[in-house]
Amino acid sequence: MSKLKKIARRTFLVGSAAIVGGVAFGVYKYRQDPENPLLSDASSHVLNPFVFVNEDGITLIAPKSEMGQGVHTTWAAMIAEELDVELDQVNVLHGPPAAAYFNSALIGLALPFLDYKVTGFQENLRGYVGEAGKLIGIQVTGGSTSMKDGFERMRQVGASTREVFKQAAADRWGLNAADLTTKAGLVTAPDGREAKYTELAEEAAKLEPREVELRIATEWRLLGKSQPRIDMLAKVTGTAEFGADIHVPGMKFATVRMNPKRSGMVRFDASAAENMAGVERIVDLGDGVAVIAGNTWLAMQAADAIDVTWEAANYPETTDGFFAALEDGFANEANATPRDEGDVEQVFEGTRITADYKLPFLAHSTMEPMNATALYTQSAMTIWVGSQAPLMARDAAADAVGLPKESVDLFVPYLGGGFGRRSDTDFSTVAARVAKAMPGVAIKTMWSREEDMRHDSYRPAALARFRGVIKDGQAVMLDGQVVSKSLLDFGGADRENVSGSFDQPYGIPNYRIRGYLADLGVPTGYWRSVGSSINGFVFDSFMDEMAHAAGRDPLEFRLELLRREHEPSAKVLEAIKETSGWTGSTPDGVGRGVAFTYSFGTPVAEAIEVQDTDDGIKITKCWIAADPGIALDPSIVQAQLFGGATYGLSAAVMGEITFADGEVEQFNFPDYDALRMHTTPTFDVHILQNNRFIGGIGEPGTPPAAPALANALFDLTGIRARELPLNKTFDFIL
Amino acid sequence: MTYTISVNGVDHQTSLPADVPLLWVLRDEFGLTGTKFGCGVAACGACTVHIDGEAVRSCQVQLGDVWGKVSTIEGLGQPDNLSVLQQAWLDNQVAQCGYCQSGQIMQAAELLANTPDPSDADIDEAMQGNLCRCGTYPRIRAAIHDAAERMKA
Repeated sequence: MSKLKKIARRTFLVGSAAIVGGVAFGVYKYRQDPENPLLSDASSHVLNPFVFVNEDGITLIAPKSEMGQGVHTTWAAMIAEELDVELDQVNVLHGPPAAAYFNSALIGLALPFLDYKVTGFQENLRGYVGEAGKLIGIQVTGGSTSMKDGFERMRQVGASTREVFKQAAADRWGLNAADLTTKAGLVTAPDGREAKYTELAEEAAKLEPREVELRIATEWRLLGKSQPRIDMLAKVTGTAEFGADIHVPGMKFATVRMNPKRSGMVRFDASAAENMAGVERIVDLGDGVAVIAGNTWLAMQAADAIDVTWEAANYPETTDGFFAALEDGFANEANATPRDEGDVEQVFEGTRITADYKLPFLAHSTMEPMNATALYTQSAMTIWVGSQAPLMARDAAADAVGLPKESVDLFVPYLGGGFGRRSDTDFSTVAARVAKAMPGVAIKTMWSREEDMRHDSYRPAALARFRGVIKDGQAVMLDGQVVSKSLLDFGGADRENVSGSFDQPYGIPNYRIRGYLADLGVPTGYWRSVGSSINGFVFDSFMDEMAHAAGRDPLEFRLELLRREHEPSAKVLEAIKETSGWTGSTPDGVGRGVAFTYSFGTPVAEAIEVQDTDDGIKITKCWIAADPGIALDPSIVQAQLFGGATYGLSAAVMGEITFADGEVEQFNFPDYDALRMHTTPTFDVHILQNNRFIGGIGEPGTPPAAPALANALFDLTGIRARELPLNKTFDFIL
Repeated sequence: MTYTISVNGVDHQTSLPADVPLLWVLRDEFGLTGTKFGCGVAACGACTVHIDGEAVRSCQVQLGDVWGKVSTIEGLGQPDNLSVLQQAWLDNQVAQCGYCQSGQIMQAAELLANTPDPSDADIDEAMQGNLCRCGTYPRIRAAIHDAAERMKA
């Protein structure tokens, strides 16, 4: 543990005073908790990995990657709520990678039951399986799980820590702890005596913390109310440190050229690059080439001047080739059939409808291109990387340079967007390998935008075939098949590939969803909302087609089916009806569509209005209603919802990665753009809190955006687009 | 040769080649990392700085061509001394990941300098070169209007 001690000391500037905390328990059921990464030796007193007090102040550890979703603020607020400190009193740090910071909620998400039907028993089971996360030691920020993960645990950390401070003061004053009060980092006695937490730290460290009953929501000071984000000041002054901004004295700057066909390298000739200005080293990575220089741009110029012969692609050379492979995937046996209610094979009376859907590969396209900084010595390495999975990144980087993982320190600065891309480890390992070429020198390896876009782990393309039957204005049968590359890729049935289709709370009596897999070869990954980014579009588009086939108002048609199955879901749609003033009709030249997706435990309905103008179709307005159970920070929840919807709309309007000659054809933003100030609609966001369990918020805003837009365009034009992006079918103002 | 350029009122010297973009001089040579690299082709606005008050994409201005005084996000205001525009950004809780925000703020600063009371159409026109993948546009718009109001007062 000496290495982690070093991290703690360096990161937290620990003084000579004692360090103290409470113990994180409550959900911890295993007798042996993972080693506390802040605990070093017998002389220090860190009792829990989340609260850190010394004479200089109070530090809270938020071991979740801050990629814009506001997690550091709300994570700290969960601790501060019970600890009785104010957010402007504390430092909030990401902390080191450590098994203690496991994500209990993420593992639970892979369970095979319908999320919206979760019972107390299943919620316990989810917690139990979450224990497996502790054993595996995954520390991942993803799957919209941070609040689920931290909500009970972090409040308990705060409460139990508060109580040891009270006990320490009580012991000091010869009083009963129950008679003392706490506020703003201060313990106060009935006679007016006061002691700061920081003064009590050493005494409190010797006390055994205990589990404390948590305060009820009506007593909350911080949670449930919008807090000023703790990262905002740094982000409006250019002082927030992203991975790209890491500065180490004497550092060098590098960039990398990798195979756009995503396989190996035959040969390269760097003779033109070697003598270019600023170039210090050409690094043969075996499967690519890096240039280390005195300046990033000079490195990029030199990298462009290297003549490389790449190995051929191990996947279809063209976009059409990928879609042919997907078509073939339908011939396989279904990989997952997580929903099969009633009997969809029986002979139905009524109106039959069918629809086929086609969705492209998508890039994540974070604003900050992939990068990492590494300092390698023969025996150790330090790496600074904006990672959503710091433990995995550390282990992969250690492997890449042949060091034991204990010899690698990893720091997580702010992430300039994640969206799932930064859960991969490739940019960490590349930087580690580059740094190994110049031991003792810190080297920042920054990918060009072109490398970033052409070496993404793409949201895989997908095809879907849906059929349904309408009788007497009712949906009596829905049978959907979706084919794509395995999204979770854990082996076995991958229900994630049909998430957003199989798990929708609609009371359709005969309802089956089957997922099919096709091995597309090209690297793919998690893209904001993952399976629901595909299924949200195909499932809800089909619901819209069913509604129209039934001759019903599309909102009322959905609402009736939701009411049969899940009241909180019905209520978000009712909220949209109310906030958007939905009447089912629109003036000439205006179209409206509605969509609904339940994902990550949160039902979200969105309505979109489009307008026909002389310059093309304009997306004018978007109404969102969502129910995350408890909105721990309404301002942040609102931002995630309209941000998530905008991310979904950008992809729906124009997002498409295509292949020719085995290479991605998009290089930079002009080829792969997104909505901008003038093309983004105005938003009206409504938050409900009827759901029984706390749901995710970073991703659920994304899935309903594409179908709401396609449904609105159908309302406007009478044209039903079943292929994305929608600019293949419609002319938008761009 | 050695170039001397004025950044935020301070003269900086560098002997980098003349064709190195100002962006990479600021970031790697002067350590002013508030200005961000996003695309390198003037398509995202993350690298926006001012030269003599004019908003420019610093990835497209070569060191040898810098024609005036450069100001960056660090020169607009500091954490303990925010400009009105930055205060409006803070109060409207604009940033999410925050990576594009330096460029957004520098672009908005130029807009407000030229158009003290911008309409939504003015904001659309001025800000459409600045990409934000988190989708903070509604709060950027609100912050610009808010700053315009405060500057009137």
